[in-house]
Amino acid sequence: MNLTLLLLVPLSTALGIILLRDVKHIRLMAAIGSICQLGLAIKLLLAYQTARLLGDTSQMLFQFKYAWYPSLGIQWHFGVDGISIAMILLTAIVVVAGILFSWKMSFQGKEFFLLLVLLSMGAYGFFISLDLFSLFFFLELAVIPKYLLIAIWGSGKKEYSATKLALMLMGGSALVLVGFLGMYEYAGKTFDMLQLAQAHLPLEVQKLLFPFVFMGFGVFTAIFPFHTWAPDGHSSAPTAASMFLAGISMKLGGYGALRMAVYLMPEAAQYYSPLIIILASIAILYGAFATMMQKDLKYINAYSSVSHCGFVILGIGMLTRTSVTGAVLQMFSHGLMTALFFAAIGMLYERSHTRQIGELGGLMKTMPFISCVMFIAGLCSLGLPGFSGFVAEMTVFMGSWENADTFHRVATIIACASIVVTAVYILRALGASLLGPIKNEHFNHLADATWNEKIASALLIVSIMALGFAPFWLNNLITPDATLIIHALGK
Amino acid sequence: MLLENNLLNFLLVMLQELGLTAILIVLLFAKLMEGEKTSPMLYPLVMVLLLGHVLISFDGNTTGMLFSGMYVNTPLIGMEKGILGLGTLLICLQAGTWLKNHKHSTEFIMLLIATLMGMDYLLSAGNLLMFYLALELSTIPLAALCNFDLEKRRSSESAMKLILSSAFSSGILLFGISMLYGATGSLNFIEISRSFMGTEMEMLALIFIFSGFAFKIAVVPFHFWTADVYEGAPIPVTAFLSVISKGAMIFALTTMLYKVFGAYAAMWYNILFVASAITMTLGNLFAMRQMNIKRFLAFSSITQAGYLLLGLSGASAEGATSVVYFMLVYIFSNLGAFGVLALVSAATGKEEIHDFKGFYKNNPVLSWVFALSLFSLAGIPPTAGFFGKLFLITAGASRFNMPFLVIAALNMVISLFYYLKVVRAMLVEQQDEPLPTIAVPFYARIALVVCVAGVLLTGFFGQIYEYIHTLSLGF
Repeated sequence: MNLTLLLLVPLSTALGIILLRDVKHIRLMAAIGSICQLGLAIKLLLAYQTARLLGDTSQMLFQFKYAWYPSLGIQWHFGVDGISIAMILLTAIVVVAGILFSWKMSFQGKEFFLLLVLLSMGAYGFFISLDLFSLFFFLELAVIPKYLLIAIWGSGKKEYSATKLALMLMGGSALVLVGFLGMYEYAGKTFDMLQLAQAHLPLEVQKLLFPFVFMGFGVFTAIFPFHTWAPDGHSSAPTAASMFLAGISMKLGGYGALRMAVYLMPEAAQYYSPLIIILASIAILYGAFATMMQKDLKYINAYSSVSHCGFVILGIGMLTRTSVTGAVLQMFSHGLMTALFFAAIGMLYERSHTRQIGELGGLMKTMPFISCVMFIAGLCSLGLPGFSGFVAEMTVFMGSWENADTFHRVATIIACASIVVTAVYILRALGASLLGPIKNEHFNHLADATWNEKIASALLIVSIMALGFAPFWLNNLITPDATLIIHALGK
Repeated sequence: MLLENNLLNFLLVMLQELGLTAILIVLLFAKLMEGEKTSPMLYPLVMVLLLGHVLISFDGNTTGMLFSGMYVNTPLIGMEKGILGLGTLLICLQAGTWLKNHKHSTEFIMLLIATLMGMDYLLSAGNLLMFYLALELSTIPLAALCNFDLEKRRSSESAMKLILSSAFSSGILLFGISMLYGATGSLNFIEISRSFMGTEMEMLALIFIFSGFAFKIAVVPFHFWTADVYEGAPIPVTAFLSVISKGAMIFALTTMLYKVFGAYAAMWYNILFVASAITMTLGNLFAMRQMNIKRFLAFSSITQAGYLLLGLSGASAEGATSVVYFMLVYIFSNLGAFGVLALVSAATGKEEIHDFKGFYKNNPVLSWVFALSLFSLAGIPPTAGFFGKLFLITAGASRFNMPFLVIAALNMVISLFYYLKVVRAMLVEQQDEPLPTIAVPFYARIALVVCVAGVLLTGFFGQIYEYIHTLSLGF
């Protein structure tokens, strides 16, 4: 299968959007493009599994190479393995849902859909790149669309949040850039990931560069103490942008930290592993407790995202096969779940014009569908069996427990304990806003979800359940590649 | 026979400068002949001639040496001249609207081309005397250009400041040159580079010559003249100063450091490191506080100069290539921004950032052009500025100076902050009476289309970089 298609479809969608004038045509164009892309992602998954069944054992499949700047050793080099396919699938699902949820966007609709498509293109390119230069290119490609989406269509203190987000993410990519250039020089002028993995950088160099790459990507996944962009950014963004930010953009960080930091600099990963675990544990606990204090539904989900992405970092930091698999599962699961949660909050807010828990109440009576969606998202978030959250978190914990010394055990127990806190804030928020008496007279006249919202919610819920009930298909996809990363550690 | 051959050789090697001289003569005669009004055909004719000049520059065939090494042309130098010529062409196209109401439009173009010719000779100089002569040829018309808004006092002030600071920096440069002559006993670049002895006098000469250049390129702490001169000068002249003039000087500095002072690479690397780090950081910090777009672009161009020095510090073919490539990209991005500004200023006279609030409402296309140019200056993909800046940093990384890399990378973040400020004013913020729809005349439209195409496409065609790279191998 030709991986460039994954870039050409969004590109042609974007060009189409530029040429069209009527917002109805534009949104149709965006929807068709994203659905084609979802089809491509599923086809890619099937093609990948077929190739593996037929015994193709090369590390990266469907490779495509084109010398871009030969004298600098820069090339277009694409290729996928199980982990990147999982991420591509996640992106495709969230993009379709996000575009369906913004169906009613009328204010500057053309620009809005154009930016959404560009944002998704950055993510696709990032996940298929095997060349650090083009990977960096796609990483930064998404910064400006994020900024504009929040600054123009956002709510609340949107300009502040947008600037903060753009600058912090740019700072993260600046760190990544320093690390990449360091690897480039030491490995003999190559940006190729597969060659870098063979290069075996000396330990001193790894120790120097690892923090840059890991923390740089860490900013994207809201690692403590660089998480502050996330709550403001998520809560100011319009619904689709929140979904993209939390569902896709934060995953760029996790994927990058795993691929570029841990895989390419394994010795340094082992060296810094305790530090990573400490930071992850802080993020998990801090995120959970900070959520308890929030009154705004979007802030609740934003802070809980910090906590949930902490599990991703924890899984990576634990450096066992199971924990790394768990980290990828958690990225996938969190992407879907948080997108669903933000979508539900967006639907509520659009109708009731408030996100404050204290002002909501009894919405289950007037908006049963939306309330159910929100319940499902909440239950998934607190890790109820049957939903994807349970599978992912359980895998991370099991993997963490494999490290038998006291330090790792304590960290695992602390992380597990946060689940209780999660249950408290999720149930409290859901109960107060959806159940009980109706607090405001005008809530009685609110309409339930429209067709596009129903389809999009169903898509996300089905994906969450599919992972919750049958985790093996994704697990089998990820595990071989997670094993490969762990083998690089010499374990 | 020999004479004929020599003549042909002479014509070929100096084709670019001779071409410019021809254009100047055409303009001169046109000025003499013209009555009350300039002929409408003159402007397009000059543009076409200038385009021809650019096209012959890019083919990279003009190689040779004249007047026993006084004048040297190599494919890379030819390319550099082409880039400067392209920039001048774009500026002339953009200046059309403003020139239409100006009494002395023919003189304006004449002075512009005279400056360009001086710069071409500067790049081709192989001898310190030639070098200094060309430098003055390029500076004096520039001062006259700064004064071209004849009714405005600020414009004269700007010209005065430029003259004074140029004279001062030329003095410093001349002092360095005389020391170099005293130390090595030669004015020829190649002979000088062969006869270094490692004395203090030579090092002092390097420092003085670098300082002279630093003035012209506006490297901190020699940058104080920049903002005032840029603000006072007419917009096309500001654009010329910040792009072409800076480009010519940085190209000349490349020759000076790599060819003449190659033996002192370890020393000038440290100078470049300090100068570049300070320039980037302070340029950024000052730019953050500017409210006037011209001043804002002035400080942003100081920051860009810092990045150029970073690329230069990575001596080798990569260093020279990344500098030339960045200048090409910088011409597109900066002239895109100045092009929009020139249109707005000519139509409404407004140049402050807050005037641009709600600009998107009536001028969506111009807003995107401006925003793309600013993104390119900030180094955000997919614009060409991303590639240009990254290659400069990559070239600078070849010595693996970690603090340097971190400073450069973090400065990209700071610069994003103030570029976003302008973008935010245009696209996000609103005001009650936003600027009206601004008409884009034909020539200005061509210039903007070229700039946008350059900004969006240059990066994707790696062949452009590779071509410059092959030229610079023999540099």
